[in-house]
Amino acid sequence: MQLPPALHARLAGAPGSAEPLPVERDPAARTAPFRFAPRPVRFPREHDFFEEGDVQRHLYLQDVLTQVGGAPERPRVPEFTCQVAGCCQVFDALEDYEHHYHTLHRNVCSFCKRAFPSGHLLDTHILEWHDSLFQILAERQDMYQCLVEGCTEKFRTSRDRKEHLVMRHLYPVDFRFDKPRKSRGPVMPGAAEQVLAEAPGDDGVPSEVDAMEVCSEHVEPPPAPAGERRAYSHRVPHEDLKGPRREISTSNGGSSAALWRCCRAFPPRRRGPRTLARAALHVAGL
Amino acid sequence: MWSRQRGRLKPLCCGVEELRCRRREREAALRKARREQQLVSKRLLRDEALEEAEEGCVAMIFGEAEIQQFLRLAQRGTEEKEREGALVSLRRGLQRPETQQTFIRLEGSIRTLVGLLTSNQALLQLEAARCLHELSHSEQSAVVEACLPATSYLLTYLSGHSSDFISPHLTVLEALGYALSQLLQAKEAPEKIIPSASTDSSVLGSTLPQHMLQLLQPGPKLNLGVAVEFAWCLHYIICSQVNNALLITQGALSTLGLLLLDLAGAVQRTEDAGLELLACPVFRCLSNLLTEAAAEAVGGQLQLRDERVVAALFILLQFLLQKQPSLLPEGLWLLNNLTANSPSFCTSLLSLDLIEPLLHLLSVSNVVSVLVLTVLCNVAEKGPAYCQRLWPGPLLSSLLDTLAFSDTEVVGQSLELLQLLFLYQPGAAQAFLQQSGLQALQRHEEVAQLQDRVHALQQTALHG
Repeated sequence: MQLPPALHARLAGAPGSAEPLPVERDPAARTAPFRFAPRPVRFPREHDFFEEGDVQRHLYLQDVLTQVGGAPERPRVPEFTCQVAGCCQVFDALEDYEHHYHTLHRNVCSFCKRAFPSGHLLDTHILEWHDSLFQILAERQDMYQCLVEGCTEKFRTSRDRKEHLVMRHLYPVDFRFDKPRKSRGPVMPGAAEQVLAEAPGDDGVPSEVDAMEVCSEHVEPPPAPAGERRAYSHRVPHEDLKGPRREISTSNGGSSAALWRCCRAFPPRRRGPRTLARAALHVAGL
Repeated sequence: MWSRQRGRLKPLCCGVEELRCRRREREAALRKARREQQLVSKRLLRDEALEEAEEGCVAMIFGEAEIQQFLRLAQRGTEEKEREGALVSLRRGLQRPETQQTFIRLEGSIRTLVGLLTSNQALLQLEAARCLHELSHSEQSAVVEACLPATSYLLTYLSGHSSDFISPHLTVLEALGYALSQLLQAKEAPEKIIPSASTDSSVLGSTLPQHMLQLLQPGPKLNLGVAVEFAWCLHYIICSQVNNALLITQGALSTLGLLLLDLAGAVQRTEDAGLELLACPVFRCLSNLLTEAAAEAVGGQLQLRDERVVAALFILLQFLLQKQPSLLPEGLWLLNNLTANSPSFCTSLLSLDLIEPLLHLLSVSNVVSVLVLTVLCNVAEKGPAYCQRLWPGPLLSSLLDTLAFSDTEVVGQSLELLQLLFLYQPGAAQAFLQQSGLQALQRHEEVAQLQDRVHALQQTALHG
C-alpha cells in the first residue's frame, strides 16, 4: 500500500481542515432497492467485531505475565555514592540510584530542603509555605488548591483541603508528600523515609508509612539560613550538581560516567518568582 | 517490569516454527474463549502464566498473622533484602484467592501497600507493584475494588506534572492501569463500577477519566506500556456508554486525536514492536466517541476536525497491513466514522490522494473490503463534486474486481457504490458497459439479497 509522499509532510504540517466540496444530493440516491446511508457505527464491548483486537490484547498480557513471574535481572555495578551534598547513600545498581535521586534530590525546596515527588507538588509547597503574599491573600479568599489533577476545589485552610483529600479522594489519613529534611548527618539507609521529624507544626507523632502532605499546618517557615534569604523562593541551586566531586575509581569507569549522565540529564528545575505572586502584584496594582 | 522486559527474548528452548505453532494455538484458544464469553483475561492469563512461571512451586495460603508479619517486615525491616524478601513471599501468596481475601479484609493492609507503592526505594516499589498486579488478577471483584480507592492518591503521586518518569514509577503506573482495566472489563462494570467513574460522589470520583486522559497526552514523557493500559481502561469506559458526553467535554476527542498523530509519527520513526497495541484501543475510543451527539455539537474546539487525523490514520493502516492485518477493520471503522457525516474529511480523502491506497486494501479480506467500499460510498453519496474526483482512475476496475467476489456483502456494497457513481458521474455507466460490466453483474442475478439491485443497475446502465 503506497502512500503519496505528501502525506507525511501533511502529518508534520499545521493543523487544519479541508474546505469541503459542495454537497449536493439527489433524492434518487436512496430510493429502493438501494439503501445506503452514511452513518457512524457504534459497537458495544461484547461485539464480535472486537474479537481480533481482544485476542491480540490478551496475547500481549499473557506474555507480560510470564515475564512478571520471574525475578527481575538487575545489572549490578561497583558500589558508588550519591554525590549530592550531605547525602551518603550507597548504591550498586543504576536504577536504584536513579530512583533515589528523583525521589529525594530532584524536587527539593531550597529553603527547607524538603523533597517532593513532582515539580507540581514542589511548586505548591513553595507557594504555600514560602511565599508571604500567599498568606496575605489566604486571609481573604480560598487559596489552598486541591492536589488532585482536574479537581478545581479550593480551600480556606490546609486542614480543610486535607479533609477534602481524605473524604473525597480517599487519600490516606496520614499522608504527606514531603520528605523531611534530614537533621542528622549521613542518611541511614532504610530509616529516612520512616521518620517525620522536626518539621515545624508536627505533633511529633511518627507515621508508619511513607506519608505525604504538602503543608500540614501553616506555620512560619523556619528562618532561612543566613545569606540565603530571598524575596522569592527558588529551587536547589544548580551548583550542587556540577558533577561528581571526587573521582570514583571503578574497574570500567562505567558507574561514574552514568552518575554524571544521570545528574546532567536531570538538573533540578529552576523557576522564577511565583507566577501567582506576580499576578497578585499585578492585580493589586503594584 | 513491562517496559523493560518487553522485546526481551525468552530463552529459546524450542524452534521458531514451534513457537509460531504455539502462538496459533494460543490465539485459537483465546478466540474460542471469547466466543463463549469466557474471555476474562484474569482466569485465562492466570492458568497459562502459572504453569510457565511457577514451575512446580505452589503458592501457599497465608493467614492473617503471616500477612501482617510480611507487611511489617516490608515496612520496617532494617535490611533491604529482608524487606524485599517479605514482599516477594507476600506476592507469591497473593496468587491464591484465599490469601487475597484475607489480605483485603486485614485492616491497614491496602494502606501499607500504597505506602510501599510510593516508597523511595526502587525495589520495594517494584515488588509492591507486583503485589498489586496479583491482586488485580483476582476474579473476585471485591478484591480489585478494595485497591481502587487509592487510585487518586497514587496517580497524584506518580504523575502530577512530572516531566519525566523513572522506571519504578512507570512500573507502578502500568500495574495500576492494568488493575483498573481488569476491573473495568468485568461484566458488572457498566452498571456498578463505571457510573461511579463519571459522577462526583463515589469511589472513583470524577477525576479518574481526566487522569487517564492526562496519561495519554502525547509527548516525550508518553510511555507506551502505561499508555496501553490506560487506553484500554478508557475503551471499557467508553464502550459501556455511561457518560461519553462528559468525556468529550473533558477533551477526550482532541487528546485521542493528538495521540493518533503521535502514534503515526512513532510508526514512521521506528520499528517499535507494540505500537499496534496502543493503536487498537485508540481506534476504538475515537470511533465510539464519534457516534455521540456531543461529538458533532457546536463548539469546534472539542470536536475532531483536523485533517492530519486522516493522514495519521492512513499511515497507521499501512503499518497494520505489514504488522497486524487483523487489526485493519478497526482502523477502517474509524475512517468510516470520521467520513460518514463529514464533507470536510471526505474532501481530505480526495485532496490527499488517498483513494488509490484505499483501493489497495480491497484484496485483504471480505470484512476489510466491505469497510473500504463503505468509506467510498460515504464519499460518493455527497454528490457530483465528490464523484467527479473519484473518476476516472482505478476505481472502476477495482469495482469490477469486487463484483467477482462471492461474498454477498462485498458485492452488495459494490452495487451501492455503482449506483451512486451512475447517478452522479456522467459517463460512468457508459464506461462500465464498455468494460463488460453487465457480465460482471449477471453472476449475481439469482442471489436473493442482490437481485433487485442488480436489475436496477442493469436497467440504468442500458437505458440511462
